[in-house]
Amino acid sequence: MIGRLSLTNRIALVLGLGFLYVPILLLVLFSFNASRLVTVWGGFSTQWYSSIWRNAPLMESVKISLSIGAVSATIATILGTALALALTRLPVFRGRSLLAFLGYAPLVLPEIILGLSLLLLFIALGLERGYWTIVIAHATLTSCFVAVVVRARLAGFDPALEEAAIDLGASRLKALLTVTLPLSLPGIIAGWLLAFTLSLDDLVLASFASGPGATTLPMRIYSQVRLGVTPEINAISTLLIAAVAVTVAVVTLATSRRKSAE
Amino acid sequence: MAGPARKEHRLEAGARALIAAPAIWLGAFFALPFLFILRMSLSDPASAQPPYKPLLDLSQGFAGVWTFIQGLDFEAYQTVLTDSLYLGALGTSLKIALLGTALTLLVGYPLAYAISRSSRALRTILLAALILPFWTSFLIRVYAWIGILRQDGFLNQLLLWLGAIKAPLEILNTEIAILIGIVYSYLPFMVLPVYAALERQDATLREAAQDLGASASAIFWRITVPLSASGILGGCLLVFIPVLGEFIIPDLLGGSDTLMIGRLVWTEFFANRDWPVASALAVLLLAILTLPLILARSRQEKAGGLL
Repeated sequence: MIGRLSLTNRIALVLGLGFLYVPILLLVLFSFNASRLVTVWGGFSTQWYSSIWRNAPLMESVKISLSIGAVSATIATILGTALALALTRLPVFRGRSLLAFLGYAPLVLPEIILGLSLLLLFIALGLERGYWTIVIAHATLTSCFVAVVVRARLAGFDPALEEAAIDLGASRLKALLTVTLPLSLPGIIAGWLLAFTLSLDDLVLASFASGPGATTLPMRIYSQVRLGVTPEINAISTLLIAAVAVTVAVVTLATSRRKSAE
Repeated sequence: MAGPARKEHRLEAGARALIAAPAIWLGAFFALPFLFILRMSLSDPASAQPPYKPLLDLSQGFAGVWTFIQGLDFEAYQTVLTDSLYLGALGTSLKIALLGTALTLLVGYPLAYAISRSSRALRTILLAALILPFWTSFLIRVYAWIGILRQDGFLNQLLLWLGAIKAPLEILNTEIAILIGIVYSYLPFMVLPVYAALERQDATLREAAQDLGASASAIFWRITVPLSASGILGGCLLVFIPVLGEFIIPDLLGGSDTLMIGRLVWTEFFANRDWPVASALAVLLLAILTLPLILARSRQEKAGGLL
């Protein structure tokens, strides 16, 4: 397969992918280090994994992050799917390009701007900051990512399918819900998972939107990193990476099997 | 004729919900909050909780509005635009964002090119391998570089072992470390648009040039690169815009003397509790990014709503 490629192309691939994966592999490897030093190998050990379980504040923030991730990803999936359908499957409506811009800007704007502006809104509204304000912040950002993923899936099949349903008497909404939605389900699931992992990962928005009661996992990791690099952070990072890798593998297998069945 | 007319009407009713839900949410939680940044940037700081003086007191009616107009002194903006600390941070941010974008292009283009020249089956695998790290935590991926770039880190260990250097290099807490972090974290955002542009290219153009006697490098520089210009522009915008306000990378990998604007917003807000200055900085950042953002958005629309 790779034999067709010229030598320069092969070098580019090896160096490029090596650059992407070596840091992650080193991080994982040194989570099993017996030594407290993060860069000197002192033998194999799983002690840092057992010390995670005993770290009660860390486990508490894992729970908060998982919960915020699930709730915000669900809201984001509904909003993002509606946005993707509105932008691709409806006739051009007034304000369409404004809506498209609102759905695009959060993807690229520095998070620090979103975080600060949302915090000032919450204060002006007198909302108590904590769990729900983080959910709102995450749902706002990640809904735009869901829209991108669902739009990619929607681009993959023919709008004639739902037009046929409309010609047979279904309303536009019914055609979208009963024909388009089931066909774009892999995209919607992938969108939910992406929203979930982005929420699980976010530091900046959560720091601005959070109150004293809610400390998410990245906030906890960040404050530990500020104090110094420890193998325990490597261990929790490895668990997060493993969780993501397993999820992505399962989704890829599930969707590719579906595709070959079709 | 009543049938189609009624269907047309139902279409509007059902469609309206699909438009309204994201429009209301994004309007309330994305567009509206910018007014509050603007308002805060015009306020004066105070040692109170929250730490600013209320600006517009509508309960006093017209008198309140008049006091508001008289009180407008753009103090936070004056501070930001005259203090060398803030101007320096702005200059550093622009320099690092431009350099970081150029370096990401330098690393990303060959990678995108190699992927686009691979067989179809291999391409799918390579694209997946490129996107996979994006799913894992940004914070953790940046954190991983601390262990590599430290004085006793893996890179220095490797270089010492190879005999390439005599004493460990100081990389962590420098601008070089920030640039490495940027290239690493934003590589997929560069590779994907460039790859998409390369993949669309018509191979017969290159074949024609070859038949006419063009060398491989002439084909690359005079056909392949110019035809991928839109992808290059798109990738550069997708890297430059978020990097200009980046917080995590300069905070974890940069030294305390490398101030970037995103990090300064954070410090002014959380440590110095000067909310008006933090807001003025954010407004300034947004003003700089408006044009690139509009450019990126119009490009995205042409690319069919994808990155």
